[in-house]
Amino acid sequence: MHETALAEGILRIATDAAANNNAARITEVGLIIGQMSGVETEALEFAFRFLAKGTLADGAQLVIERKPLVARCDRCGRQTHLSEYNFFCPECGGVLKIISGREMQVAYVEAD
Amino acid sequence: MEIEVMKDILGENDTVASENAAFFAAKKIFVLNIMGSPGSGKTTLLERTLELLADKLRIGVIEGDLFTAKDAARIEKHGAPVVQINTAGGCHLNAAMIRKALGKMDTDNLDVIIIENVGNLVCPAEFNLGETAKAVVLSVTEGEDKPMKYPLMFKEAAAAVINKTDLLPYVNFDRAAAEHDIAVLNPGINIFGASCTAVEKDDGIEAWCMWIEENYRKVSENFSARQE
Repeated sequence: MHETALAEGILRIATDAAANNNAARITEVGLIIGQMSGVETEALEFAFRFLAKGTLADGAQLVIERKPLVARCDRCGRQTHLSEYNFFCPECGGVLKIISGREMQVAYVEAD
Repeated sequence: MEIEVMKDILGENDTVASENAAFFAAKKIFVLNIMGSPGSGKTTLLERTLELLADKLRIGVIEGDLFTAKDAARIEKHGAPVVQINTAGGCHLNAAMIRKALGKMDTDNLDVIIIENVGNLVCPAEFNLGETAKAVVLSVTEGEDKPMKYPLMFKEAAAAVINKTDLLPYVNFDRAAAEHDIAVLNPGINIFGASCTAVEKDDGIEAWCMWIEENYRKVSENFSARQE
């Protein structure tokens, strides 16, 4: 449901960037979304398509790069890709701190 | 042309959240954002908390709700100052809503503000409000699989309350499994059991209230330390 709020944020960032670069039309917006971010891609695309109507981003595609969840042990320093949400280090039992996988960013805007 | 951007989608919310956080720190207020499913017992927990802490802390409440003021009316009966935010269908509170609500509160005379977020296990976790800590309420009727199904909320929380423990004999809820999943998701999280309506009160609710008191003390001591 909060995908509408996210789509509003994306649209604002993208249209500001395009306007600052005197672009007339946005064709593509590149996003980085972490694996552990609560984002439903289809809902986000739907909300964005709807909100973008009549703006510089009308008809623009969202291109989403998913970032895997990576954490580092605060005891032994080992980095681990997490597929399950167990934040204890498999090596030493220390606590894993997230270093990527929580991103929700606009990376780039492709514009004419 | 390709324009490099690299901006956080919720950057605007985060900016307002930081301003809220600075405001709370300056006023020495401990702010707790309570999240959880609709019906998990957030308001009832809040009512019990207000009862138990009434003589110890000055607590204000911000109530998030889609449309109604039903929860705010319940809180008012306990004599706590309460501000209602109606999100008009919005599934979460955001930092700007909190900033606006603060304008209606006498923040010079509060030790703690408890924010009851909109009932929802997904969206509120993504929106920082500038709170000092988040807590999540999970009731035993929801099932022990919820922490792993909705990991973000349990990851973000400093405390989890397993609520309605008086119903454990009647439901299929593996409390040990739930506590295990919450603990591996979020090592160091404080887990409390609570039964807010039963005649035999769960001790956990007193521990929960002590946790709030401790956090308030930390907030006010940190402030004093900075002033020295």
